[in-house]
This record gives sequence, C-alpha cells and structure tokens, in this order.
Amino acid sequence: MDSRAARRPSRLLRNIPAKIASIPMILTALVIFLGGTVWTVVYSFTNSKLLPRLSFVGFDQYERLWAAPRWIVSIQNLAIYGLFSLIFSLGIGFLLAVLMDQKIRFENTFRTIFLYPFALSFIVTGLVWQWILNPEFGVQSVVRSLGWSTFTFDPLYTSSIVIYGVLIAALWQGTGLVMCLMLAGLRGIDEDIWKAARVDGIPAWKTYLFIIVPMMRGVFVTTLVIIASGIVKVYDLVVAQTSGGPGIASEVPAKYVYDYMFLAQNLGQGFAASTMMLITVAIIIVPWAYLEFGGGRKRV
Amino acid sequence: MSDRSSLVAASASRLQPGPAGRKPRRMLSPRNIMLYGTLLVAAIYYLIPLYVMVVTSLKGMPEVRLGNIFSPPLEITFEPWVKAWSQACTGLNCDGLSRGFWNSVLITIPSTLISIAVASVNGYALANWRFKGSEVFFTILIVGAFIPYQVMIYPIVIVLRELGIYGTLTGLIIVHTIFGMPILTLLFRNYFAGLPEELFKAARIDGAGFWAIYLRIMAPMSLPIFVVAMILQITGIWNDFLFGVVFTRPEYYPMTVQLNNIVNSVQGVKEYNVNMAATILTGAVPLIVYFVSGRLFVRGIAAGAVKG
Repeated sequence: MDSRAARRPSRLLRNIPAKIASIPMILTALVIFLGGTVWTVVYSFTNSKLLPRLSFVGFDQYERLWAAPRWIVSIQNLAIYGLFSLIFSLGIGFLLAVLMDQKIRFENTFRTIFLYPFALSFIVTGLVWQWILNPEFGVQSVVRSLGWSTFTFDPLYTSSIVIYGVLIAALWQGTGLVMCLMLAGLRGIDEDIWKAARVDGIPAWKTYLFIIVPMMRGVFVTTLVIIASGIVKVYDLVVAQTSGGPGIASEVPAKYVYDYMFLAQNLGQGFAASTMMLITVAIIIVPWAYLEFGGGRKRV
Repeated sequence: MSDRSSLVAASASRLQPGPAGRKPRRMLSPRNIMLYGTLLVAAIYYLIPLYVMVVTSLKGMPEVRLGNIFSPPLEITFEPWVKAWSQACTGLNCDGLSRGFWNSVLITIPSTLISIAVASVNGYALANWRFKGSEVFFTILIVGAFIPYQVMIYPIVIVLRELGIYGTLTGLIIVHTIFGMPILTLLFRNYFAGLPEELFKAARIDGAGFWAIYLRIMAPMSLPIFVVAMILQITGIWNDFLFGVVFTRPEYYPMTVQLNNIVNSVQGVKEYNVNMAATILTGAVPLIVYFVSGRLFVRGIAAGAVKG
C-alpha cells in the first residue's frame, strides 16, 4: 500500500520538474496576457486619471473617446492605412513571389534585396523616408530641379495625404516578408498541377489566378492575419516619420493610447482606447481562429 | 546548332534522370526582358533608401543643402559619423549615440539569452512532458501574441513598480522575455515535437530525468533552432521602440529611442547628414545579422510569421 502510494502520487504532484519549468509560461499566460487584459478592460470603465482608481463611471470614457476628433482621425487613418497596406502588400508581395518563382538567376540576390528592409526597425524606416520625402531636399526638389518646377509631392506636410506617406514607408519595409511567405506557398504547390495545366493549354497567368491562388488559400489567410495584426499595432513608424503631424493628421490609435497613458496622464482614456484596439484585433482574429481551428476539428 | 544540342540534351535526359523540365530559353527573349526588367526596377526601389542614407551621411552639410539627395558625394567626409556616434545631442545630453548603442547591447544580450532559455524549456515541457492544463496555458499564450501591446502595458508597469524594478534594465529584460515567449515557445515546441520520440524514451529508460534529457539530448540536438531563435530575438529586441520608451528611464534608453530623440528634436539646426549617419548606425546591427545569417533569417521569420 505504501509503496504504491509512493509510486503513484496524486495527479498534482506528478511531473513536478515540467510544472516548475512551465511556471514562467503559466505566469505570463495567466497574469500578463489574461489578467492584464481583463484589468485594462475593467479599468476602462473608471475615471482613473494619474493613478488607476476603481470608481466606475460606466461608458463615459468611451463616449468621450468617440467624441474626440483626434480619435476619429486615428481610426480613419488606421482604416485607410490598413486597407491600402493589405491590398498593396498582398498584391506586390504575390507579384514579386511569382516573378521570383520563374526559375530566375540571382534569386538569392533579389531575395536579399527585397527582404533587407524587414530587418530594419520602424524607427529607421520612418526616418529614412522622412528624409526622402523631405520637400526641401527630397524627391520633390529633385524632380523640380530637373525642370518640372510645379511638381508637388509633399505627403509628409500635407494633412490630406500624410497617411499615404506613412504607407509608402510601411510597404517598403513589409512587402519583402509577404513575398517570402508567398514564395514558400508557391514552392509548396505540387509540380504536377503545373504539368496538368500545361497539358490542358491553360496560359500561365490563368493558371496562377484560377488554380494556384485558390490552392494557396491557407497561405493568403495566414499572411492576411499577420499583416492585419501588424497594422493595428502601428506606432513607431508614425512616431519616427511624422510624430502624428502635421497637426493630428497622421495620428493612429496606438499613439493615442500611449499619449493618454504616459503623457496626458489620463489613464481612463488610454484604457478605453486600448480596449477598442483589442476589439479591433478580436474582430480580425476570432473568425480566423474559428475557421482555422474550430472548423478543422469538426472536419476531423 | 541549337537544334542539335537540344537533341543531344534530350537523348541524354532519356538515358539518365538528369535535369528535367522545358528546354532552356534564350536569355534575351521578350519574356526575360520583362521579367528581369521588373525585378530590377523593384530591386532599385528597395535599394534607394539604403543608398540615400549612405550617400547623405558621407556629405558635408553645405553639400547636403545645395545638392540633391540622390547625387553621390563630391567630397567624402566621415565627420557626420563621428559626430553621430560621440557628439549628437538629445536634450541636454551631448554624448552621441554611443550611449544608446551600449544600452541596446546591455538590453539585447541578456534579453536574448534569458528569453531563449525560458522559452526553450517551456517548449520542451510542452512537447515531451505534457501535464493537465499545459495545452490550455499554451493556447492562452498563443492567443495573447495577437493582443495589442498597448492593452497589457499598464498592468505590467504596475507589476514592475510593485517589484521595484520599473525603469531599470532588469525590468525591460523581463518584458522582452514575456513578449518573446509566445513565438519562441511555439518555435521550440514544434521543433522538439519533431525529434524522434525513441530518443526521449531511451533516455527515460536509462534513468535520465527532465533536466538531464533537456541538457544532454534535446538542447545539443537543436542547435539550428537555437540559432534561428537568436536571430529572431536579436533583431526584434534591437529594433524595439515601444518597450524601451515605456519601461526604461532616459539614461537607459535603447538606441532606437535615442535615435528618434536625436533626429526629431526640435531645437537647433537640423544636420541631415548626422541624422542619416545615426540612422545607419542604428540599423547596422540587425542588417549585419541579416546579411550574415542569410537563409536562417528567412527561416526564422517564416517560422515566426506563419505560426505566430
């Protein structure tokens, strides 16, 4: 009896080293990811200013948030930036991947060139493009000095198009990654598909559009989720390139959160804004997770 | 001539399983001109910013003001680089980017090592020593990777403040370990799960325990994935801006934060050449890692991106 008890202790005491080793993961998952998120959502219903206080005010912070012009501009910017960076990075990334997939020479050189911006930080990216788009010295002045003296291309100091200036920099930094993911997807397609399409006399572009792309659904969806969750987080790029200016024209939600939490010392607003960011991400992630994992389990 | 050579090639390929596929095309077909032309234009677009950075940083300020940003420097000077490294000002401090560089080194090395150590053991436990609930925690961890950092920043500030390490390097290292954990754990878990299970079982029968198997069998067999994880973490942590600005005091600011403060400071005359030299210096470390590691970098981001 005793010896059996020693051999088979209670479930909790089994596998002790593994449990001890998992403590960092458990703490991170429960305290930071789960606890921190719940904490922020709960405190977004309070009127915390300098320090978090538990005095609930209902949806006041959210009403104030959606009445704030700066938040509205941030959301609009995020929508424009998000939509265009999704379309263009998927489009350009896929196109480059198709070109790279034509059994070309110097493939490694091209890949190295397309991907190196991804190794750079958003701060570096933002500052380089701030310099290239500088109206006094950059692209605009160069084109003007070539004789086209009325040429205007000044996104960073024009409120209505400043977000497109940020978009150019973001695409430069991120399309290499999309290209790599797409290329991996293209390489994963069975050679026989190509042979069959060729036997049937289908032109290459049609094969790509109507056979290969539908087959790469999984890669596209994953890439989409990666790009989308990166879009919601966009912060450093804007800070470096425009600091949210001119005026508030290039503000984004992540910057709103930071500024209200750490500069304006209006914690409640910051919490409410970050909760809205969480909801945005959830809208993207939940259907994907459901399709990818929930649906998969049913099929099995 | 080309007919005969293709005939020879065809008969050769019938004899032995040589390189298959269509017959080689001429290099200068319209298709190739289109293909390489497009790739070349794209490559130039991607290279221009790097070129502009280098060129601007090698010019003197008078030349920057007169010339256009794409023209090569008439007189090469390294003064902007020296100035960026040792004299550039952030606020009242005028000791250059070198301080930020050393801060970033002090942040990146321990953060990389600790986050990899923690995550690899986690991944190992998840792959080989599952216990009740381990998958639940793992799922929370992976879902958590998608939560915007802004949602979790303030609770972490409070935790670190309670522990008395808010604003210190230790605090920042812990933060990097926390946020590196989802992707790294996933990376290691999948890698360890792919190793032959017989090895693990044989070691168990020989009496090896949790740590002995990890240290003597799993870790030595997994050098490639450790290298991939290191590349991922070094570039990621070096490039971080948000955590640096939130969780450290100004004297510990990493290089990216200091760079931004130097370039976007409102006081004084803008020295674009110094700014660009400083920008290159900050980008240099991840760029070197990228160029040296080559395919491993691609593997790292593919593993990181596809699953994370």
